[in-house]
Amino acid sequence: MHGSTLVSATAEKDPMDANAHAMTRPGAGADADLELELVAARAPFFTALGKWVRHQPLGALSGGGVIVMILIAVLAPHLAPFDPVAAHYDNMAAAPSFEYWLGTDQFGRDLMSRVIWGARTALFIGFTSAILGSTLGLVFGVTSAYFGGWFDLLFQRVMDVFLAFPLIIMALAVVAIFGTGPGNVIIAITIPFVPRCARVVRSNALTIREMPYVDAARALGYGHLRIILRHMAPNCMAPYLIMLTTFLGQAILLEAALSYLGLGVQEPIPAWGLMLQGGAEEYAESAPWIAIFPGLAITLAVFAFNLFGDSVRDTLDPKLRAR
Amino acid sequence: MKNIRLKAAYAIIASIAIGMGSVGAVAAATPKHGGILQFVVPDEPPSYDGHRETTFAMIHPIRPFYSLLIRVNPDNPSSTSDFVCDICEGKVPAPTDGGKTYTFKIRKDVKFHNGDKLLAQDVVATYQKIIFPPEGIVSARKAYYVMVDSVTAPDHFTVVFKLKYPSGAFIPALAVPFNFIYQKSQLDQDMHWYEKNINGSGAFRFKEREAGAVIRGVRNPDYFVKGRPYLDGYDAIFAKKESLRVQAIRGDRAAIEFRGFPPKSRDDLVKALGKDITVEESDWNCVLLTTINHKHKPFDDVRVRRALTLAVDRWGGSEYLSKIAIVKTVGGIVFPHHNLAATRKELEQIAGYWPDIKKSRAEARKLLKEAGVDLSKTYYFNNRAVDQPYKIVGTWLIDQWKQVGLKFEQHVFPTGPFYDMLRQKKEYDVSADFNCQSVVNPLVDVSKFLSDDRSGSQYGQWQDREVDALYDKMNQSGDPKEQRKLMRQMEKLTLDTHANSFITLWWNRIVPHRSYVKGWKISPSHYLNQSLDNVWLDK
Repeated sequence: MHGSTLVSATAEKDPMDANAHAMTRPGAGADADLELELVAARAPFFTALGKWVRHQPLGALSGGGVIVMILIAVLAPHLAPFDPVAAHYDNMAAAPSFEYWLGTDQFGRDLMSRVIWGARTALFIGFTSAILGSTLGLVFGVTSAYFGGWFDLLFQRVMDVFLAFPLIIMALAVVAIFGTGPGNVIIAITIPFVPRCARVVRSNALTIREMPYVDAARALGYGHLRIILRHMAPNCMAPYLIMLTTFLGQAILLEAALSYLGLGVQEPIPAWGLMLQGGAEEYAESAPWIAIFPGLAITLAVFAFNLFGDSVRDTLDPKLRAR
Repeated sequence: MKNIRLKAAYAIIASIAIGMGSVGAVAAATPKHGGILQFVVPDEPPSYDGHRETTFAMIHPIRPFYSLLIRVNPDNPSSTSDFVCDICEGKVPAPTDGGKTYTFKIRKDVKFHNGDKLLAQDVVATYQKIIFPPEGIVSARKAYYVMVDSVTAPDHFTVVFKLKYPSGAFIPALAVPFNFIYQKSQLDQDMHWYEKNINGSGAFRFKEREAGAVIRGVRNPDYFVKGRPYLDGYDAIFAKKESLRVQAIRGDRAAIEFRGFPPKSRDDLVKALGKDITVEESDWNCVLLTTINHKHKPFDDVRVRRALTLAVDRWGGSEYLSKIAIVKTVGGIVFPHHNLAATRKELEQIAGYWPDIKKSRAEARKLLKEAGVDLSKTYYFNNRAVDQPYKIVGTWLIDQWKQVGLKFEQHVFPTGPFYDMLRQKKEYDVSADFNCQSVVNPLVDVSKFLSDDRSGSQYGQWQDREVDALYDKMNQSGDPKEQRKLMRQMEKLTLDTHANSFITLWWNRIVPHRSYVKGWKISPSHYLNQSLDNVWLDK
């Protein structure tokens, strides 16, 4: 029967993918990939992880960065030296010093504390919208492929309409309708992700729909919902995870962009884009640290998530793996 | 002998040098003709009709095309009581008939830009439109003239205003810079004509408009003040982003922005341009206040509203915020330094202005406890998506309320939706609000604090008949001392006893401009003193 975990799903496809690889680029590399996949299927977690780290050093590095970021976000109350919203009016726009390691902003708020707490805002919004967007995309994509016919046709045209708008424009439109604030920013970022994920998942689900076990499930009289959620969706995990990791970086960047434009989270919530908006233009010359540190945080976070997403894709996508 | 001759020679050279210096000084003070003044404007005018618009985006590029009946003295625009004739003759007339009749003599040498003579009938038609607008015609400041009974023209060069009762608010209301004098024949044909067209009698004539870019004016050779204007013309360049406007002045692509910059931009310009930049500052007849929604619990309770104002450290805030925002002066409901304004000593008697902020916040906490306010709840603060000064002061206010345990979440909207929330939806607990006026006229300006069925600009949904009665009594009193006493009572009720609404800080106008711009003087409003007829370029 079909597997319901990533490892077993990957293992099921191994022989075909390995053959293809050996035909296009015979040699030691193909053997190594094959070995990695087999080990991934059978070996203990840490051995598989070690192999993956050796094959994806950049991915591992970025994965480490992501873990550090998550730790910073989780431990923010213990790591931040000051309350991130407490204004110290005697130290407005103060340069980095022993007291304020990254300096203070125009209200005298400690930048280091705000950058640390900002990780929490970025990750909360990033993870929530990426998970929501890709999960809804998974469900819609599989449903569309499963039913096919006029439903699929109509559904895909609706998706086309959404896909016609660039991510940021779509998010801006949604914020304009729903308003600002963390909840609405999550909605604004989630909505443009859904059709992107649905489109990718659908193409995978179209193949799965023709598999004998789906026919078997139908023959056994299972309902549509059960077939979609328990038999098809789990087998679309690879594209789902690839999209999810890709969306994480994009979501953080979108949140920062919306906040920078004044349409995301609002003061005094610590958020990187908002910190840029407050200081980038007016204080660029006299207090550049106000813009530099949140800018750096955004850059590193997006870079880490994008690299990590690429590595996940390289590992899970059979086509890329065969190259 | 030789020494004497040398001394004499030095004396002569010194005299010549001093003489030349004096001439130079005189020459520097003597206005020069010519040149195009380029200034930046943050927004474009919604229409050209002064009577319907309320924005500086219309005043700055359009006001130089028009004349007024009277205006704030351009040589003394900081004064709150110095008015001079524009198209009327002589001095601003004193009232007759026990203060109920004002008779204006109109100059005989005023011409519209289309060549027609300006007559008293044009002035009457203009004020009929402003004070008694027909249906379908918007007159934004109609309420300023509730005391006017009639406007008539007994002859071609005389205009008579008859009032229902004597009012000290009448003359300042006449000097409002939006009261452009229109031509009667044009209004008779189409009351909406001036929304899209320009035909004034001001110092400049309309040349062209490039949508989204610039409005250009050229010198009016028939201007009724001989020798004016000094400029050959002006370019009003539209630039929405503040950084762009600052850079325009820094790079000498524009000489001035009349609305005002925040302190940081001033400092950057001064640092970069040194003596090439001149900074003018003034108290601004604009106040940022908070409107409390009296229909939302727990803010229907006067103790909670008092706690809100008691939590705010205005004296400290003035010091800190004036470094980063365009707010500065601590004041009550009246424009600071006006005769009717409260002194510091008087202010310190009002809740929220106490000199000891610790005592004030302790009282706020006590009141919140007494009122049983749920401090775990987050309340809704509505704000406008404009940095200066709204978002900065909003962020500061949230910090101030946090000091007494009140949590607010800031919801920020662009201007349209912000107004919609403030005026229509009213889903907020507390909202940022403002009261910006042109001519300083406290008797009219404080109408913001009347009951909502009387004010027209009060959105907190309260009714306070005690305040209304004091306002009426004050407006019909001819005695300044009595007016001042009544104003104090109205202020105490509004800000303290009933805590209907409260003031944060008054705005501070900072206009850094190229030093070669001469003749323009800062006023307490960005709407005032924008005719540009006395501006010249010392290049």
